[in-house]
Amino acid sequence: MFELTATKLTRRFAAITVLKNIEFEIHSGQCLAITGPNGSGKTTLVRILSNLLHPSTGSVEYKREGAVVKNENRYRYIGLVGPYLELYEELTAKENLDFFAHMQNIKDSGERIDRLMKQVGLRGREEDTVKTYSSGMKQRLKYVAALLAEPEVLFVDEPRSNLDEAGIEKIYAILEKQKKEKILIIATNDKQDLRFADQIVRING
Amino acid sequence: MAKALLILKKDLLQEFKTRYALNAILLFAVVTLSAVSFAIGAFNAGQEVLAALLWIILFFSSMSGLSHIFVREEEMHTSDTLKLLAPAGSVFVGKLLFNIVLLLALEVVIVPLFIALMNFNVQNYGLLIVSLLTGSIGLSGGGTMVAAIISKSSSKGALFTVLSFPILLPVLISGISATKKSLQSSGAESASGEIQALIAFAVVVITASILLFDFVWNE
Repeated sequence: MFELTATKLTRRFAAITVLKNIEFEIHSGQCLAITGPNGSGKTTLVRILSNLLHPSTGSVEYKREGAVVKNENRYRYIGLVGPYLELYEELTAKENLDFFAHMQNIKDSGERIDRLMKQVGLRGREEDTVKTYSSGMKQRLKYVAALLAEPEVLFVDEPRSNLDEAGIEKIYAILEKQKKEKILIIATNDKQDLRFADQIVRING
Repeated sequence: MAKALLILKKDLLQEFKTRYALNAILLFAVVTLSAVSFAIGAFNAGQEVLAALLWIILFFSSMSGLSHIFVREEEMHTSDTLKLLAPAGSVFVGKLLFNIVLLLALEVVIVPLFIALMNFNVQNYGLLIVSLLTGSIGLSGGGTMVAAIISKSSSKGALFTVLSFPILLPVLISGISATKKSLQSSGAESASGEIQALIAFAVVVITASILLFDFVWNE
């Protein structure tokens, strides 16, 4: 069982307060959706929860089997797909995924990469450099990279971004599976994405 | 350390495919060396002046390339990707190792060219190599940390040299002094003070950088 707790999260950028007193608690088998108008702070909240940004006040706590996960070890449990998180364009998809797999100490990476590439419909394009991919293909590849380590918490900022209908269908199947077994946190304004949500955090900006 | 080596391997692979930093650093060095060679050739400059010129070429060439290692991650929006994959210490060590490899590659090309073009009469090659090696580690240590700091600013290129110069001045002074002594036939022990200073600088700067890097990387 994995748990994530946010307590009174506030984030200020100079004089502007983007987030104020955000609180929630979520555990394995649940999905949290973060919604709100453009500029309301959805991405800021995702970045804080995924340890990429510090809150001005408040705290985020990760717990694994009841034990608190140290701040510096959180990256081991996180997968993130977002428009601000890019892959290495000069490298091939395979080189990118091998780098991710080795960095995360994944033993059976070959089989796992193969399975995930097939799942997102990119099988056969492993040896192409990422810069030759379309924006939709890049988005699919980001899902593969994020899911390689089978993360306890998957953050997805705008799940449908750049995807066609076939891509959305494949990604929804992946999100469904993640939600059943682990934690899924999505930042979205799309009503269709909200069908995954057990809890919704609305930010008004 | 394993993650640092994986980051080094990834950076070398990227560099092999793009020549992003190597081209910048090598072309700057060759152009500067050619300019110095034409300008000094007629004057028959003293060997001690040449020792200083060698280090000036190495210093400014490194300024044109060492910052790329972090600037590239910021410009390509991959720094967050790295943050999710590795602790800050591993990122710093990986990037530092890449910059050391880059500087050594530069020296392998530029130093023999300098010796040939400038009639640089080295008597003690062992001492020259040790001073270049320890100097490169010091330059890379300070340069990598400054590169991480300036990579988030808007005027990266200008800031890098301005911030690096005062920090790396001890390397320049000790490196020039040790190189001057490699031109004399006396033993390597004559430059032990300079080599100790270069090693001490590298150890202090790299240790401090590893301790402080987390604040620079995650803010």
